[in-house]
Amino acid sequence: MDVLTLLGQMLNTTLVFSTALIFAALGGIFSERSGVVNIGLEGLMMFGAFAAAVGGYYAQDAGYTDLAPWIGLLCAMAVGMLGSLIHAVASITFKADQTISGTVINFLAAGSTLYLVKLLFEGAGETPLIDGFSVTPIPWLSQIPVLGTGIFSSYPTTYLAIILVIVVYFLLFKTPFGLRLRSVGEHPSAADTLGVNVNRMRYIGVLLSGMLAGMGGATITLTTTGTFAHNTISGQGFIAIAAMIFGKWNPLGAFGAAVFFGFSQAIRNYVQMFGWSQNIPQEFIYMIPYVLTVIVLVSAVGRSSAPSALGQSYDPSKR
Amino acid sequence: MFKFKKIFATDSYIVPLVAILLGLLVGAIVMLIGGYDPIAAYGALFKRVFGSPYDFGEAIREMTPLMLTGLSVAFAFRSGLFNIGADGQVLIGMTAASLIGIKWAGLPMFLLVPLAVIGAGLFGGLWAGIAGYLKAKRGINEVITTIMMNWVALYLANYIVRTFLLIPGQDRSEDIPASLSITFLVSFFDNARIHWGTIIALAAALFFYIYLWKTKQGFEMRAVGLNPHAAEYAGMNVGRNVMKSMFIAGVFAGLAGAGEVLGVFHYQSVFAASPGYGFDGIAVALLGLTHPLGVILAAILYGMLTYGSAGMSFNADVPPELIRIVIGSIIFFIAAQGIVRWVLKPFYFKRKKEKVL
Repeated sequence: MDVLTLLGQMLNTTLVFSTALIFAALGGIFSERSGVVNIGLEGLMMFGAFAAAVGGYYAQDAGYTDLAPWIGLLCAMAVGMLGSLIHAVASITFKADQTISGTVINFLAAGSTLYLVKLLFEGAGETPLIDGFSVTPIPWLSQIPVLGTGIFSSYPTTYLAIILVIVVYFLLFKTPFGLRLRSVGEHPSAADTLGVNVNRMRYIGVLLSGMLAGMGGATITLTTTGTFAHNTISGQGFIAIAAMIFGKWNPLGAFGAAVFFGFSQAIRNYVQMFGWSQNIPQEFIYMIPYVLTVIVLVSAVGRSSAPSALGQSYDPSKR
Repeated sequence: MFKFKKIFATDSYIVPLVAILLGLLVGAIVMLIGGYDPIAAYGALFKRVFGSPYDFGEAIREMTPLMLTGLSVAFAFRSGLFNIGADGQVLIGMTAASLIGIKWAGLPMFLLVPLAVIGAGLFGGLWAGIAGYLKAKRGINEVITTIMMNWVALYLANYIVRTFLLIPGQDRSEDIPASLSITFLVSFFDNARIHWGTIIALAAALFFYIYLWKTKQGFEMRAVGLNPHAAEYAGMNVGRNVMKSMFIAGVFAGLAGAGEVLGVFHYQSVFAASPGYGFDGIAVALLGLTHPLGVILAAILYGMLTYGSAGMSFNADVPPELIRIVIGSIIFFIAAQGIVRWVLKPFYFKRKKEKVL
């Protein structure tokens, strides 16, 4: 295989692996920029993966074969939002500790999705296999060498994720909405004085994070696994949190971090092609992404700066 | 960032109890919606835990690692750190205990067993200490490092077991001669796998309490947890406290690993995925309000619910995953106390009226 083809393929695998992380990390950014810690991304992704599998299955069953993955994606967005509503109510309205209510989401998601799978599919441990999204090359652009196979011959979800990175960046840093959202996460009482409804902005932040994390989960069932089971989401939500912190709560940074994680996972598939890698125990190859992350953090990124009101519930009487 | 608010200054007993009841109620409603009989299900759960000496002993076995990982997460929380890495620390502790227990099998038991346990605690602590060091010296968020190190620990443990301890052709280590089983209790409980780890866990809780509330170092650690800037201003070394706290948290988790391999399984498997001890530990720490006594009680509750859930699915046909909904709801109600207070309001009101009358 010549080098250019190989490069294109590696880029392609990297992006496929990163897509779910990009969605979920963008979700995390909305929530945490508004000042609400979101440890529950893992659970929200689980909700999304489950909803996509079930929604897609019923849509297929009803004969909407072409639309099924899109219906699944919409279901995932809705269910992810619904799940994050629990987090929002507990941590914003009832001022619960945000770390705790995020953990609650992880628990409720793991429990309720598997409970529902068993209930809906007569005790089965996973949902029936569905046809997810298929690879959709973009007509003209996919002819470009390397980038053509790398970026422009991918799943619709991957395109969507890349577009959303730009949209979210624009939304956060170039619009009044973004300014309000960020101000609520940095200095809620000042924002309140200026007439921003703190709790409403935070609700929006958390609900958007649920929607996006749901899309992230959906990506996994609709492009990689085709079903939802207990191990469909195993740690990706936490890696998305890492990507968000790694990217300093900035959509572009998080995108870079997610692609980095995707790349170090993809590299696993390619290292085995080289002869000399036979001598490396497979466990060490599996460790690469995680060790690399720590090394990069130590050497390059340094102190991470979270939104300053992160984790604090807002109490107007203490202004 | 993850400051843990002391949530119950008043109503310290009533609120958690009501939260547990509400959690069970949510579970019952979910079962009713699914078409199951909640009374039969909870009955089966209860019966599974208390039905036979064997099951009771096994329930205690189930609670033990939960206590230690719960203490681990809670201890880190007390100094303002979020230890998502208890899972990896357990794995490292397991591996250290297996390595020592198998490789030094020539030593007399009264030396070998303590060495294996101490090794597990030490390596668990050092593993967590890496995250503590990076946090203290480089300001790197411990949430990321502990998440990453869970994965590294998983693969490292598998590598060590596969390379040094494996029975050829199987996915597990040789049998470990060193044992933490409490022999006379094992036969008393019909071969339930009761082991000294439970006693170690209780001792760890006692240590937790005395260290944090009765020593100067513990005071410093809590001060750092409550407000690192104020602690620094008062002349405390925040970085050193962070490292120490992570180390001790890791020791607790490492000891949990020793209990599992030396007391329960007597060998170590190659894990396909993370065994999840650490995530249960987060739940136990939160249920126990990060207080050592609370953590023990929470581990008992959590252990009973998870162990009993198997009986629930066997005898009442309810999917055992339901119990995660119950546990999640209990944590939810403890965290969102406003809801519990709202539920309790009419009762309080009545009581006050009676006083007036």
